[in-house]
Amino acid sequence: MSSTFDQVATIIAETCDIPRDTITPESHAIDDLGIDSLDFLDIAFAIDKAFGIKLPLEKWTQEVNDGKATTEQYFVLKNLCARIDELVAAKSAGA
Amino acid sequence: MHLEYFQLVDRIVDLDLGERTITVEAQVPRQNTIFEGHFPGYPLMPGVLLIEAMAQSSGWLLIALTKFERMPFLASVKEAKMRSFVTPGDLLTINVRVVHEGSGYAVTEAKIRVNGELRSNATITFGVIPFPNPELRGHMEAMATRIGFPQQAASHE
Repeated sequence: MSSTFDQVATIIAETCDIPRDTITPESHAIDDLGIDSLDFLDIAFAIDKAFGIKLPLEKWTQEVNDGKATTEQYFVLKNLCARIDELVAAKSAGA
Repeated sequence: MHLEYFQLVDRIVDLDLGERTITVEAQVPRQNTIFEGHFPGYPLMPGVLLIEAMAQSSGWLLIALTKFERMPFLASVKEAKMRSFVTPGDLLTINVRVVHEGSGYAVTEAKIRVNGELRSNATITFGVIPFPNPELRGHMEAMATRIGFPQQAASHE
């Protein structure tokens, strides 16, 4: 978890020019860090590459738009990292 | 190349869905009002139009990969380099490969060559979404036929 967070925080810091020490597991990527959808594409690309996964952004967005999920579930960094860990585990299990 | 209609790709030369690559050709017109202003006495193909040509070439590849179910829209351009001039009458050969297909987005790398010489290249990100309406999809299908889009690549499996 900490390793995943460190990697994600570094990606966000480098991609969006946000000071690394302001990024915490409790940070909301959109509400706290001010990351917009276009910048998040760059972050998703970097995460996909770094972890060898495909973040299901469309599914998440649809769930939020339909009221079936909150943005906190996917965009608070500790939750995002948990989703990443799940995707990595699922990929390993399916390999 | 129909600059007036912003249609920069003339023909698809090769499309490889397995390798996720496309090669297209685009003939820069010898005469166009654009060259009267860019630049008087020294006509050059504007760099932004070279980027657009790479984006449109990438777009055809992404449309092929999604079997005409989705339309790519330009989201960002990185590492775009105009390495040397492109002038009226040049025949552009544009090679594109998909670097990554994400959820609702894709990243491509595109290169423009003239007579084998690299003139421009860019890394381009697209939002890739379902066609917003049937009219656009129909228009793109008609244009695909015109530029020699391989029919088997458009078939819905």
